[in-house]
Amino acid sequence: MNSQSATAPAQGAEAMIKMAGVEKWYGEFKALTDINLSVRQGEKIVLCGPSGSGKSTLIRCINHLEPYQKGEIRVGGTVLSDDSRIIDAIRREVGMVFQHFNLFPHLTVLENCMLAPMRSLRASKAQAEATARRLLGRVKIAEQAEKYPAQLSGGQQQRVAIARALCMQPKVMLFDEPTSALDPEMVKEVLDTMTGLAEEGMTMICVTHEMGFARQVADRVIFMASGAIVEEAPPAEFFTKPRHERTRQFLGEILRKH
Amino acid sequence: MGANEFLFLLIGLKWTIALSVIGFVGGGVFGLGVALARTSGIPLLERVTSGYIAIFQGTPLLMQLFVVYYGLALIGLKLDSWVAVSIGFTLHASAYLGEIWRGSIEAVPKGQTEAAKALSLNYVSRMKDVILPQAIRISLPATIGFLVQLIKGTSLAAIVGFTELARAGNIISNQIFQPLLVFGIVGALYFVMCWPLSLVGARLERQFAAATR
Ligand SMILES: Nc1ncnc2c1ncn2[C@@H]1O[C@H](COP(=O)(O)OP(=O)(O)OP(=O)(O)O)[C@@H](O)[C@H]1O
Ligand SMILES: [Mg+2]
Repeated sequence: MNSQSATAPAQGAEAMIKMAGVEKWYGEFKALTDINLSVRQGEKIVLCGPSGSGKSTLIRCINHLEPYQKGEIRVGGTVLSDDSRIIDAIRREVGMVFQHFNLFPHLTVLENCMLAPMRSLRASKAQAEATARRLLGRVKIAEQAEKYPAQLSGGQQQRVAIARALCMQPKVMLFDEPTSALDPEMVKEVLDTMTGLAEEGMTMICVTHEMGFARQVADRVIFMASGAIVEEAPPAEFFTKPRHERTRQFLGEILRKH
Repeated sequence: MGANEFLFLLIGLKWTIALSVIGFVGGGVFGLGVALARTSGIPLLERVTSGYIAIFQGTPLLMQLFVVYYGLALIGLKLDSWVAVSIGFTLHASAYLGEIWRGSIEAVPKGQTEAAKALSLNYVSRMKDVILPQAIRISLPATIGFLVQLIKGTSLAAIVGFTELARAGNIISNQIFQPLLVFGIVGALYFVMCWPLSLVGARLERQFAAATR
Protein backbone atom coordinates (compact mmCIF):
# COMPACT_ATOMS: atom_id res chain seq x y z
CA MET A 1 0.00 0.00 0.00
CA ASN A 2 2.98 2.20 0.41
CA SER A 3 3.59 2.93 -3.22
CA GLN A 4 5.91 5.78 -4.05
CA SER A 5 4.92 7.63 -7.14
CA ALA A 6 7.15 7.31 -10.17
CA THR A 7 6.37 10.96 -10.90
CA ALA A 8 8.14 12.17 -7.76
CA PRO A 9 10.53 14.76 -9.14
CA ALA A 10 12.67 15.17 -6.05
CA GLN A 11 15.97 13.45 -6.48
CA GLY A 12 19.64 13.88 -5.93
CA ALA A 13 21.82 16.35 -4.17
CA GLU A 14 19.41 19.27 -4.08
CA ALA A 15 17.00 17.47 -1.75
CA MET A 16 16.18 19.99 0.96
CA ILE A 17 14.45 17.40 3.07
CA LYS A 18 14.92 13.70 2.74
CA MET A 19 13.08 11.14 4.82
CA ALA A 20 14.12 7.54 4.31
CA GLY A 21 12.37 4.61 5.92
CA VAL A 22 11.17 6.75 8.83
CA GLU A 23 9.10 4.97 11.47
CA LYS A 24 7.65 6.43 14.62
CA TRP A 25 5.87 4.96 17.59
CA TYR A 26 3.94 6.62 20.38
CA GLY A 27 4.57 3.90 22.94
CA GLU A 28 2.98 0.81 21.43
CA PHE A 29 1.15 2.71 18.73
CA LYS A 30 2.87 2.96 15.38
CA ALA A 31 2.18 6.46 14.04
CA LEU A 32 4.44 6.47 10.96
CA THR A 33 5.27 3.51 8.74
CA ASP A 34 8.18 3.51 6.31
CA ILE A 35 7.99 7.15 5.27
CA ASN A 36 10.08 7.96 2.21
CA LEU A 37 9.87 11.53 1.07
CA SER A 38 12.26 13.81 -0.69
CA VAL A 39 11.59 17.51 -1.11
CA ARG A 40 13.66 19.62 -3.50
CA GLN A 41 14.64 23.17 -2.78
CA GLY A 42 11.75 25.42 -3.74
CA GLU A 43 9.28 22.60 -3.97
CA LYS A 44 5.79 22.93 -2.48
CA ILE A 45 4.18 19.85 -0.98
CA VAL A 46 0.61 19.58 0.21
CA LEU A 47 0.00 16.80 2.70
CA CYS A 48 -3.54 15.57 3.22
CA GLY A 49 -5.35 12.63 4.68
CA PRO A 50 -7.98 11.69 7.23
CA SER A 51 -7.75 12.70 10.86
CA GLY A 52 -5.22 10.61 12.74
CA SER A 53 -3.38 9.55 9.60
CA GLY A 54 -0.08 10.97 10.87
CA LYS A 55 0.25 14.23 8.90
CA SER A 56 1.14 16.33 11.92
CA THR A 57 3.42 13.62 13.24
CA LEU A 58 5.29 13.53 9.94
CA ILE A 59 6.06 17.23 9.77
CA ARG A 60 6.77 17.44 13.50
CA CYS A 61 9.48 14.82 13.05
CA ILE A 62 11.25 17.11 10.59
CA ASN A 63 12.03 19.72 13.26
CA HIS A 64 12.24 17.14 16.04
CA LEU A 65 9.19 18.25 17.94
CA GLU A 66 8.69 14.49 17.88
CA PRO A 67 11.58 12.06 17.93
CA TYR A 68 11.52 9.18 15.44
CA GLN A 69 12.75 5.68 16.08
CA LYS A 70 13.79 4.27 12.73
CA GLY A 71 15.08 5.48 9.39
CA GLU A 72 16.77 8.78 8.63
CA ILE A 73 15.74 12.39 8.17
CA ARG A 74 18.08 14.83 6.47
CA VAL A 75 17.50 18.56 6.35
CA GLY A 76 19.76 20.46 4.00
CA GLY A 77 22.19 17.56 4.08
CA THR A 78 22.42 17.34 7.88
CA VAL A 79 21.23 14.11 9.45
CA LEU A 80 18.76 14.85 12.23
CA SER A 81 19.93 13.07 15.37
CA ASP A 82 19.20 13.44 19.08
CA ASP A 83 22.19 15.76 19.49
CA SER A 84 20.81 19.04 20.77
CA ARG A 85 23.25 21.13 18.70
CA ILE A 86 22.06 19.42 15.52
CA ILE A 87 18.44 19.82 16.53
CA ASP A 88 19.03 23.53 17.19
CA ALA A 89 20.81 23.97 13.88
CA ILE A 90 17.98 22.30 11.99
CA ARG A 91 15.32 24.29 13.82
CA ARG A 92 17.06 27.49 12.76
CA GLU A 93 16.55 26.45 9.13
CA VAL A 94 13.00 25.15 9.46
CA GLY A 95 10.10 27.44 10.29
CA MET A 96 6.79 26.10 11.55
CA VAL A 97 3.28 27.50 11.59
CA PHE A 98 0.67 25.87 13.83
CA GLN A 99 -3.07 25.43 13.62
CA HIS A 100 -3.59 27.50 16.77
CA PHE A 101 -0.91 30.14 15.96
CA ASN A 102 0.86 29.68 19.31
CA LEU A 103 1.89 33.32 19.48
CA PHE A 104 3.41 34.37 22.80
CA PRO A 105 0.51 36.22 24.48
CA HIS A 106 2.65 38.28 26.88
CA LEU A 107 4.71 39.81 24.07
CA THR A 108 3.69 42.33 21.46
CA VAL A 109 3.52 41.35 17.82
CA LEU A 110 6.89 42.99 17.27
CA GLU A 111 8.46 41.28 20.29
CA ASN A 112 7.07 37.94 19.13
CA CYS A 113 8.97 38.43 15.90
CA MET A 114 12.19 39.71 17.48
CA LEU A 115 12.68 37.13 20.23
CA ALA A 116 14.08 34.17 18.31
CA PRO A 117 16.44 36.13 16.03
CA MET A 118 17.90 37.86 19.09
CA ARG A 119 18.22 34.69 21.13
CA SER A 120 19.21 32.06 18.58
CA LEU A 121 20.76 34.08 15.77
CA ARG A 122 22.30 36.61 18.17
CA ALA A 123 20.92 39.44 16.08
CA SER A 124 21.16 42.90 17.59
CA LYS A 125 17.97 44.53 18.75
CA ALA A 126 18.05 47.01 15.89
CA GLN A 127 18.64 44.28 13.32
CA ALA A 128 15.90 42.10 14.74
CA GLU A 129 13.48 45.00 14.78
CA ALA A 130 14.26 46.00 11.20
CA THR A 131 13.75 42.43 9.99
CA ALA A 132 10.57 42.05 12.02
CA ARG A 133 9.07 45.28 10.68
CA ARG A 134 9.97 44.36 7.12
CA LEU A 135 8.36 40.92 7.38
CA LEU A 136 5.32 42.24 9.24
CA GLY A 137 4.94 44.60 6.31
CA ARG A 138 5.18 41.69 3.94
CA VAL A 139 2.30 39.87 5.64
CA LYS A 140 0.46 43.22 5.55
CA ILE A 141 0.23 43.76 9.25
CA ALA A 142 2.94 46.36 9.93
CA GLU A 143 0.56 48.77 11.62
CA GLN A 144 -0.30 46.20 14.32
CA ALA A 145 3.30 45.77 15.50
CA GLU A 146 2.73 47.30 18.93
CA LYS A 147 -0.42 45.32 19.72
CA TYR A 148 -0.71 42.11 21.70
CA PRO A 149 -1.82 38.92 19.95
CA ALA A 150 -5.15 38.83 21.79
CA GLN A 151 -6.04 42.18 20.20
CA LEU A 152 -5.86 40.73 16.68
CA SER A 153 -8.25 38.60 14.65
CA GLY A 154 -7.42 34.96 13.99
CA GLY A 155 -6.31 35.66 10.45
CA GLN A 156 -4.06 38.48 11.60
CA GLN A 157 -2.58 36.30 14.32
CA GLN A 158 -1.78 33.58 11.85
CA ARG A 159 -0.08 36.08 9.55
CA VAL A 160 1.99 37.28 12.51
CA ALA A 161 2.91 33.65 13.18
CA ILE A 162 4.08 33.34 9.58
CA ALA A 163 6.12 36.53 9.88
CA ARG A 164 7.59 35.35 13.18
CA ALA A 165 8.78 32.14 11.53
CA LEU A 166 10.15 34.05 8.53
CA CYS A 167 12.20 36.32 10.79
CA MET A 168 14.53 33.36 11.33
CA GLN A 169 15.21 33.37 7.56
CA PRO A 170 14.33 29.69 7.28
CA LYS A 171 15.05 27.56 4.23
CA VAL A 172 11.93 25.47 4.73
CA MET A 173 8.48 26.27 6.10
CA LEU A 174 6.19 23.68 7.63
CA PHE A 175 2.48 24.47 7.95
CA ASP A 176 0.20 22.34 10.10
CA GLU A 177 -3.40 23.10 9.10
CA PRO A 178 -2.78 26.85 9.29
CA THR A 179 -6.33 27.77 8.30
CA SER A 180 -8.45 25.17 10.01
CA ALA A 181 -8.91 27.15 13.23
CA LEU A 182 -9.96 30.28 11.31
CA ASP A 183 -13.35 31.71 10.57
CA PRO A 184 -14.13 31.20 6.87
CA GLU A 185 -13.73 34.88 5.98
CA MET A 186 -10.15 34.87 7.26
CA VAL A 187 -8.94 31.79 5.44
CA LYS A 188 -8.21 33.67 2.26
CA GLU A 189 -5.85 36.24 3.75
CA VAL A 190 -3.72 33.48 5.19
CA LEU A 191 -3.76 31.38 2.02
CA ASP A 192 -2.83 34.48 0.00
CA THR A 193 0.14 35.04 2.30
CA MET A 194 1.21 31.43 1.81
CA THR A 195 0.76 31.67 -1.94
CA GLY A 196 2.95 34.76 -1.98
CA LEU A 197 5.60 32.90 -0.06
CA ALA A 198 5.41 30.01 -2.50
CA GLU A 199 5.81 32.36 -5.44
CA GLU A 200 9.00 33.70 -3.92
CA GLY A 201 10.43 30.21 -4.01
CA MET A 202 10.14 29.05 -0.41
CA THR A 203 10.35 25.32 0.16
CA MET A 204 7.08 24.39 1.84
CA ILE A 205 5.31 21.40 3.30
CA CYS A 206 1.70 22.24 4.05
CA VAL A 207 -0.73 20.02 5.86
CA THR A 208 -4.04 21.41 4.64
CA HIS A 209 -7.40 20.40 3.30
CA GLU A 210 -7.69 23.55 1.23
CA MET A 211 -7.83 21.81 -2.11
CA GLY A 212 -7.99 25.07 -4.06
CA PHE A 213 -4.65 26.02 -2.55
CA ALA A 214 -3.28 22.56 -3.35
CA ARG A 215 -4.34 22.86 -7.01
CA GLN A 216 -2.90 26.30 -7.38
CA VAL A 217 0.34 26.06 -5.42
CA ALA A 218 1.44 22.48 -4.86
CA ASP A 219 4.04 20.74 -6.98
CA ARG A 220 2.99 17.46 -5.42
CA VAL A 221 0.06 16.38 -3.30
CA ILE A 222 0.68 13.57 -0.86
CA PHE A 223 -2.10 11.50 0.60
CA MET A 224 -1.53 9.69 3.90
CA ALA A 225 -3.61 7.10 5.67
CA SER A 226 -2.88 5.06 8.80
CA GLY A 227 0.62 6.49 9.16
CA ALA A 228 1.78 5.69 5.65
CA ILE A 229 2.08 7.58 2.37
CA VAL A 230 -0.55 6.07 0.13
CA GLU A 231 -0.28 8.20 -2.98
CA GLU A 232 1.61 11.18 -4.28
CA ALA A 233 1.15 13.00 -7.54
CA PRO A 234 1.13 16.46 -9.09
CA PRO A 235 -2.21 18.11 -8.28
CA ALA A 236 -3.66 17.81 -11.79
CA GLU A 237 -3.16 14.07 -11.69
CA PHE A 238 -3.99 13.70 -8.01
CA PHE A 239 -7.39 15.30 -8.31
CA THR A 240 -8.43 13.90 -11.69
CA LYS A 241 -7.18 10.35 -11.63
CA PRO A 242 -6.32 9.17 -8.15
CA ARG A 243 -5.04 5.62 -8.33
CA HIS A 244 -6.03 4.32 -4.92
CA GLU A 245 -9.46 3.57 -3.64
CA ARG A 246 -8.72 5.26 -0.28
CA THR A 247 -7.64 8.45 -2.05
CA ARG A 248 -10.85 8.46 -4.08
CA GLN A 249 -12.91 7.99 -0.95
CA PHE A 250 -11.06 10.78 0.83
CA LEU A 251 -11.37 13.19 -2.11
CA GLY A 252 -15.06 12.38 -2.34
CA GLU A 253 -15.55 13.32 1.29
CA ILE A 254 -13.40 16.41 1.27
CA LEU A 255 -14.87 17.86 -1.93
CA ARG A 256 -18.38 17.24 -0.68
CA LYS A 257 -17.58 19.17 2.47
CA HIS A 258 -16.09 22.18 0.70
CA MET B 1 -0.70 50.07 77.62
CA GLY B 2 2.14 52.52 77.32
CA ALA B 3 4.44 53.60 74.54
CA ASN B 4 7.12 51.18 75.64
CA GLU B 5 4.82 48.22 75.35
CA PHE B 6 3.65 49.32 71.96
CA LEU B 7 7.24 49.77 70.85
CA PHE B 8 7.96 46.22 71.96
CA LEU B 9 5.13 45.00 69.76
CA LEU B 10 6.53 46.95 66.83
CA ILE B 11 9.91 45.30 67.31
CA GLY B 12 8.11 41.97 67.20
CA LEU B 13 6.39 43.14 64.04
CA LYS B 14 9.77 43.96 62.54
CA TRP B 15 10.92 40.38 63.12
CA THR B 16 7.71 38.99 61.70
CA ILE B 17 8.26 41.03 58.55
CA ALA B 18 11.95 40.07 58.40
CA LEU B 19 11.12 36.40 58.76
CA SER B 20 8.39 36.60 56.12
CA VAL B 21 10.72 38.33 53.70
CA ILE B 22 13.49 35.79 54.30
CA GLY B 23 11.06 32.89 53.92
CA PHE B 24 9.58 34.37 50.78
CA VAL B 25 12.85 35.35 49.11
CA GLY B 26 14.63 32.13 50.08
CA GLY B 27 11.55 30.12 49.22
CA GLY B 28 11.25 32.01 45.94
CA VAL B 29 14.79 31.23 44.85
CA PHE B 30 14.81 27.58 45.93
CA GLY B 31 11.14 27.14 45.03
CA LEU B 32 11.93 28.15 41.46
CA GLY B 33 14.65 25.52 41.45
CA VAL B 34 12.18 22.96 42.78
CA ALA B 35 9.59 23.91 40.16
CA LEU B 36 12.13 23.67 37.34
CA ALA B 37 13.37 20.32 38.63
CA ARG B 38 9.80 19.03 38.89
CA THR B 39 9.16 19.91 35.26
CA SER B 40 12.60 18.99 33.93
CA GLY B 41 11.64 15.64 32.47
CA ILE B 42 14.65 14.12 34.27
CA PRO B 43 13.21 11.23 36.32
CA LEU B 44 15.69 11.36 39.20
CA LEU B 45 15.28 15.12 39.71
CA GLU B 46 11.52 14.85 39.47
CA ARG B 47 11.36 12.06 42.03
CA VAL B 48 13.65 13.72 44.54
CA THR B 49 11.81 17.05 44.40
CA SER B 50 8.40 15.42 44.50
CA GLY B 51 9.47 13.56 47.66
CA TYR B 52 10.67 16.82 49.17
CA ILE B 53 7.36 18.50 48.39
CA ALA B 54 5.39 15.57 49.77
CA ILE B 55 7.27 15.68 53.07
CA PHE B 56 6.89 19.42 53.58
CA GLN B 57 3.26 19.53 52.51
CA GLY B 58 2.41 16.46 54.55
CA THR B 59 3.76 17.61 57.91
CA PRO B 60 2.88 20.62 60.11
CA LEU B 61 5.06 23.70 59.83
CA LEU B 62 5.48 23.61 63.58
CA MET B 63 7.06 20.16 63.39
CA GLN B 64 9.34 21.30 60.57
CA LEU B 65 10.57 24.16 62.72
CA PHE B 66 11.18 21.79 65.63
CA VAL B 67 13.09 19.37 63.45
CA VAL B 68 15.30 22.06 62.00
CA TYR B 69 15.89 23.75 65.35
CA TYR B 70 16.50 20.72 67.53
CA GLY B 71 17.62 18.42 64.73
CA LEU B 72 20.46 20.70 63.67
CA ALA B 73 21.44 21.12 67.32
CA LEU B 74 21.53 17.33 67.70
CA ILE B 75 24.03 16.94 64.87
CA GLY B 76 26.19 19.53 66.55
CA LEU B 77 25.11 22.63 64.64
CA LYS B 78 24.24 25.13 67.33
CA LEU B 79 22.45 27.80 65.40
CA ASP B 80 21.03 31.07 66.50
CA SER B 81 17.26 30.63 66.80
CA TRP B 82 16.60 33.11 64.05
CA VAL B 83 18.99 31.37 61.65
CA ALA B 84 17.31 28.04 62.37
CA VAL B 85 13.88 29.56 61.92
CA SER B 86 14.96 31.20 58.65
CA ILE B 87 16.18 27.86 57.34
CA GLY B 88 12.94 26.22 58.43
CA PHE B 89 10.78 28.81 56.72
CA THR B 90 12.88 28.73 53.56
CA LEU B 91 12.57 24.95 53.31
CA HIS B 92 8.85 25.17 53.96
CA ALA B 93 8.24 27.97 51.47
CA SER B 94 10.42 26.28 48.81
CA ALA B 95 8.23 23.21 48.88
CA TYR B 96 4.96 25.14 48.64
CA LEU B 97 6.11 27.69 46.08
CA GLY B 98 7.81 24.93 44.10
CA GLU B 99 4.54 23.05 43.90
CA ILE B 100 2.48 26.15 43.08
CA TRP B 101 4.90 27.11 40.30
CA ARG B 102 5.16 23.58 38.95
CA GLY B 103 1.41 23.67 38.48
CA SER B 104 1.60 27.08 36.77
CA ILE B 105 4.41 26.00 34.45
CA GLU B 106 2.36 22.98 33.45
CA ALA B 107 -0.70 25.18 32.97
CA VAL B 108 1.01 27.14 30.18
CA PRO B 109 -0.34 25.59 26.97
CA LYS B 110 1.96 23.04 25.36
CA GLY B 111 1.80 24.94 22.09
CA GLN B 112 3.92 27.68 23.68
CA THR B 113 6.80 25.32 24.30
CA GLU B 114 6.39 23.84 20.85
CA ALA B 115 6.44 27.23 19.16
CA ALA B 116 9.51 28.21 21.17
CA LYS B 117 11.27 24.99 20.26
CA ALA B 118 10.34 25.37 16.60
CA LEU B 119 11.98 28.81 16.75
CA SER B 120 15.13 27.06 18.06
CA LEU B 121 15.01 28.78 21.44
CA ASN B 122 17.08 26.84 23.97
CA TYR B 123 15.85 25.70 27.38
CA VAL B 124 16.97 28.81 29.25
CA SER B 125 15.33 31.14 26.77
CA ARG B 126 12.17 29.03 26.54
CA MET B 127 11.79 29.27 30.30
CA LYS B 128 12.94 32.85 30.83
CA ASP B 129 11.30 34.48 27.81
CA VAL B 130 8.26 32.35 27.12
CA ILE B 131 7.09 29.99 29.85
CA LEU B 132 7.91 31.67 33.18
CA PRO B 133 6.42 35.10 32.36
CA GLN B 134 3.14 33.34 31.60
CA ALA B 135 3.44 30.92 34.52
CA ILE B 136 4.03 33.76 36.98
CA ARG B 137 0.80 35.42 35.90
CA ILE B 138 -1.07 32.18 36.29
CA SER B 139 0.46 31.60 39.73
CA LEU B 140 -0.04 35.11 41.17
CA PRO B 141 -3.24 34.50 43.12
CA ALA B 142 -1.89 31.28 44.65
CA THR B 143 1.53 32.82 45.28
CA ILE B 144 0.10 35.80 47.12
CA GLY B 145 -2.27 33.52 48.99
CA PHE B 146 0.71 31.51 50.15
CA LEU B 147 2.59 34.66 51.17
CA VAL B 148 -0.32 35.60 53.41
CA GLN B 149 -0.25 32.11 54.96
CA LEU B 150 3.49 32.44 55.43
CA ILE B 151 3.16 35.76 57.29
CA LYS B 152 0.61 34.26 59.62
CA GLY B 153 2.71 31.12 59.94
CA THR B 154 5.65 33.10 61.32
CA SER B 155 3.79 33.17 64.65
CA LEU B 156 4.84 29.52 65.04
CA ALA B 157 8.44 30.66 65.30
CA ALA B 158 7.56 31.73 68.86
CA ILE B 159 7.68 28.08 69.84
CA VAL B 160 11.45 27.90 69.44
CA GLY B 161 11.96 31.09 71.39
CA PHE B 162 11.92 33.57 68.54
CA THR B 163 10.30 36.84 69.61
CA GLU B 164 8.18 37.86 66.67
CA LEU B 165 4.87 39.69 66.79
CA ALA B 166 2.72 36.96 68.36
CA ARG B 167 5.24 36.14 71.08
CA ALA B 168 5.82 39.83 71.75
CA GLY B 169 2.07 40.12 72.24
CA ASN B 170 2.09 37.23 74.64
CA ILE B 171 4.89 38.76 76.68
CA ILE B 172 3.20 42.15 76.91
CA SER B 173 -0.14 40.61 77.71
CA ASN B 174 1.44 38.74 80.61
CA GLN B 175 2.93 41.97 81.87
CA ILE B 176 -0.07 44.28 81.72
CA PHE B 177 -2.92 41.76 82.04
CA GLN B 178 -4.94 43.23 79.19
CA PRO B 179 -5.03 40.29 76.78
CA LEU B 180 -8.00 41.53 74.77
CA LEU B 181 -6.42 44.90 74.10
CA VAL B 182 -2.97 43.49 73.36
CA PHE B 183 -4.13 40.70 71.08
CA GLY B 184 -6.59 43.08 69.45
CA ILE B 185 -3.63 45.25 68.48
CA VAL B 186 -1.55 42.24 67.44
CA GLY B 187 -4.43 40.99 65.27
CA ALA B 188 -4.82 44.43 63.72
CA LEU B 189 -1.12 44.51 62.87
CA TYR B 190 -1.35 41.13 61.12
CA PHE B 191 -4.43 42.32 59.30
CA VAL B 192 -2.69 45.48 58.12
CA MET B 193 0.07 43.32 56.61
CA CYS B 194 -2.09 40.66 55.03
CA TRP B 195 -5.15 42.45 53.80
CA PRO B 196 -3.40 44.80 51.32
CA LEU B 197 -1.63 41.76 49.89
CA SER B 198 -4.94 40.05 49.32
CA LEU B 199 -6.22 43.19 47.63
CA VAL B 200 -3.15 43.46 45.42
CA GLY B 201 -3.50 39.79 44.52
CA ALA B 202 -7.09 40.23 43.49
CA ARG B 203 -6.27 43.33 41.47
CA LEU B 204 -3.33 41.78 39.63
CA GLU B 205 -5.46 38.79 38.84
CA ARG B 206 -8.12 41.00 37.27
CA GLN B 207 -5.51 43.03 35.35
CA PHE B 208 -3.84 40.00 33.85
CA ALA B 209 -7.15 38.43 33.01
CA ALA B 210 -8.03 41.60 31.10
CA ALA B 211 -4.65 41.84 29.39
CA THR B 212 -4.51 38.32 28.04
CA ARG B 213 -8.01 37.85 26.72
N1 LIG C 1 1.45 12.46 21.84
C1 LIG C 1 0.81 11.37 21.34
N2 LIG C 1 0.72 10.25 22.08
C2 LIG C 1 0.08 9.17 21.60
N3 LIG C 1 -0.50 9.09 20.39
C3 LIG C 1 -0.45 10.18 19.61
C4 LIG C 1 0.22 11.38 20.05
N4 LIG C 1 0.11 12.31 19.07
C5 LIG C 1 -0.58 11.70 18.08
N5 LIG C 1 -0.91 10.43 18.39
C6 LIG C 1 -1.63 9.48 17.55
O1 LIG C 1 -0.91 9.34 16.34
C7 LIG C 1 -1.79 9.30 15.24
C8 LIG C 1 -1.40 10.35 14.24
O2 LIG C 1 -1.66 11.61 14.81
P1 LIG C 1 -1.45 12.97 14.02
O3 LIG C 1 -1.72 14.07 14.96
O4 LIG C 1 -0.15 12.94 13.34
O5 LIG C 1 -2.61 12.87 12.94
P2 LIG C 1 -3.07 13.96 11.89
O6 LIG C 1 -3.05 13.30 10.55
O7 LIG C 1 -2.30 15.20 12.03
O8 LIG C 1 -4.58 14.17 12.30
P3 LIG C 1 -5.47 15.53 12.35
O9 LIG C 1 -5.99 15.75 10.97
O10 LIG C 1 -6.58 15.16 13.30
O11 LIG C 1 -4.61 16.63 12.84
C9 LIG C 1 -3.20 9.46 15.80
O12 LIG C 1 -3.79 8.18 15.86
C10 LIG C 1 -2.99 10.03 17.16
O13 LIG C 1 -3.98 9.55 18.03
MG1 LIG D 1 -2.76 17.15 12.75
